[in-house]
Amino acid sequence: MRLAISIITLWAALTGAALGEESAEAIGDSERGAKMFKKCKSCHQLGDGAKHKIGPHLNGIFFRPAATFDDFKYSKGMYAAREAGLVWDIDGLSRFIEDPRGTVPGTKMSFHGLPKEKDRFDLLAFLRIYSDNPQNIPEAAPTAIKVEVELSPEILAIVGDPDYGEYLATECTTCHQSSGDFDGIPGIVGWPNEDFVIAMHAYKLKKRDHPVMQMMAGRLADDEIAALAAYFGNLN
Amino acid sequence: MTLNRRNFLGAGAAVAASLSAPMVLGAGKPRVVVIGGGAGGATAARYIAKGSKGAIDVTLVEPSRTYYTCFFSNLYIGGFRELSSIAHSYGKLASDYGINVVHDWAIGIDRDAKTVSLAGGAKLPYDRLVLSPGIDFVDGAVPGWDVSSQNKMPHAYKAGSQTELLKAQVEAMPEGGTFAMVAPPNPFRCPPGPYERVSMIAHVLKEKNPTAKIIVADPKPKFSKMGLFQEGWANHYDGMIDWIGQDFGGDVVEVNADEMTVSIDGEVTKVDACNVIPAMKAGKICEMASITEGNWAPVIGHTMQSRIDENIHVLGDACAQGDMPKSGFSANSQAKVAAMAIRGALTGSKVFPAKFSNTCWSLIDTDDGVKVGATYEATDEKIAKVDGFISQTGESGDLRKQTFEESVGWYAGITSDMFG
Repeated sequence: MRLAISIITLWAALTGAALGEESAEAIGDSERGAKMFKKCKSCHQLGDGAKHKIGPHLNGIFFRPAATFDDFKYSKGMYAAREAGLVWDIDGLSRFIEDPRGTVPGTKMSFHGLPKEKDRFDLLAFLRIYSDNPQNIPEAAPTAIKVEVELSPEILAIVGDPDYGEYLATECTTCHQSSGDFDGIPGIVGWPNEDFVIAMHAYKLKKRDHPVMQMMAGRLADDEIAALAAYFGNLN
Repeated sequence: MTLNRRNFLGAGAAVAASLSAPMVLGAGKPRVVVIGGGAGGATAARYIAKGSKGAIDVTLVEPSRTYYTCFFSNLYIGGFRELSSIAHSYGKLASDYGINVVHDWAIGIDRDAKTVSLAGGAKLPYDRLVLSPGIDFVDGAVPGWDVSSQNKMPHAYKAGSQTELLKAQVEAMPEGGTFAMVAPPNPFRCPPGPYERVSMIAHVLKEKNPTAKIIVADPKPKFSKMGLFQEGWANHYDGMIDWIGQDFGGDVVEVNADEMTVSIDGEVTKVDACNVIPAMKAGKICEMASITEGNWAPVIGHTMQSRIDENIHVLGDACAQGDMPKSGFSANSQAKVAAMAIRGALTGSKVFPAKFSNTCWSLIDTDDGVKVGATYEATDEKIAKVDGFISQTGESGDLRKQTFEESVGWYAGITSDMFG
């Protein structure tokens, strides 16, 4: 408890002290960064109405210490990074985005990293828009709401059979580790149900372009996708 | 314990009533013996034990304490992986899943008594037997070569010391020397394997011995991912690799391990290192159990049961099932179908329609990965292909790098799926 309070105090101190001067600096090209954010969008929401999805939402991320949302379940690695004092300032974010697994060993974030400094700084310039003035988010279509595929409420409402999901999942775990670890193939454990279903339908409809996943999703019926979403969503 | 499940059930209610409930359960606990601790056997043992939560006794018989995966052993030859990174132990299968891991050779199967004899003298009774022994070589397949030649001309088609030997021999080749590979006829373990291996050896030679030559004598007119490999060889190793297919006498081969010569269509070449990969057949234990037809053990796709003995399931390279390639991925996929069927038969758990899949990644040079894959379903006749894909020639370097990184992720995935 004492730790939590001190972190909040620290957060307040950091945000309060640093925001003013940091906002005056141009970090990078935010328009280019907006395009780069496409890489992040399948897991992170940003903007008006942003919610936690596969990853936490990124509104107001600047100067927040790592792993501070109570309503999001982070990896053990991310909690350890918070204990070690990782703060999402420009340096902390840049190091993490450059090499996620090197910076936070055990992170669930299935992303190889952006090795080029310019790419990182452009992306941060874009993220920064949603931290400087969170009460004044641009009126353009919020990135948070856009859905890759429009699915009928009936499909989204299917309740998956967990036993069937467990069997079907055996086909996934040849590549996707049941621990959720990322060693080159994304972790798929603990995702919100809807995100899982939408992602699988996006592959099935070939709106996502990975040939293995298009093939695997291509032969799954709606109830099978729901069963998988239920199984992996509840897996610890 | 002489009371097995079948005669317990046959003995009737009188016996059952006279025993206390836990003893009845203990006596009736079904037994599964798995022979072979590779991609098929280890996966099957783990999934049966995990799924049945102790309701099935699982024994895994595997002679080696350390298992070296065949997949990624070519990357060790190419210098992209350490040998230790492809070594795995069975510790977690025993400690986390309660599997009785026995390091011994299975030397006989009595299908009537339903027992497995081990070289160490033990006899293991089973209700269901899983055979996943991998491959053995067909005697006399390559004239001049037999297993006594394997130190001079390694096959390196079972990973471990053979792989180390082949790598050392390639690295010791004299400047401008010649490496030869005798490739196997279909069907064989890991269809792209020989050609990934040629790529990895070319990678080593390009760095250490750039004037060296590679000759491949192939009894086939074409091979897996041929267009992708040939494009890669031209891009990375121009002029180094001479592939001699069936049309040019690649099927008329004789080797002499003492003289270190390879004769291809009558033309004798002195070589400095030679990899002979003979024609293959199911691991010997399948023959001993008399469940083979020709070189392989035929199975029913729905359950992976032997077509000759319904109490035996055959997985992976050893079985003849239809359209799936002989690969670690396939064996792992088949093992899960078999595990579900076995649990269903022995404990009444739910059984779903069999689904199979396979993807084979190959590395051609640094960050140049390619893949081929397919999905399959069981028909009464065979395991039949449903859908598939293959990497394209001319793909971007970024995509190829991504494909390689994906293969590294797959390796971590499948090995944790096998060994826990």
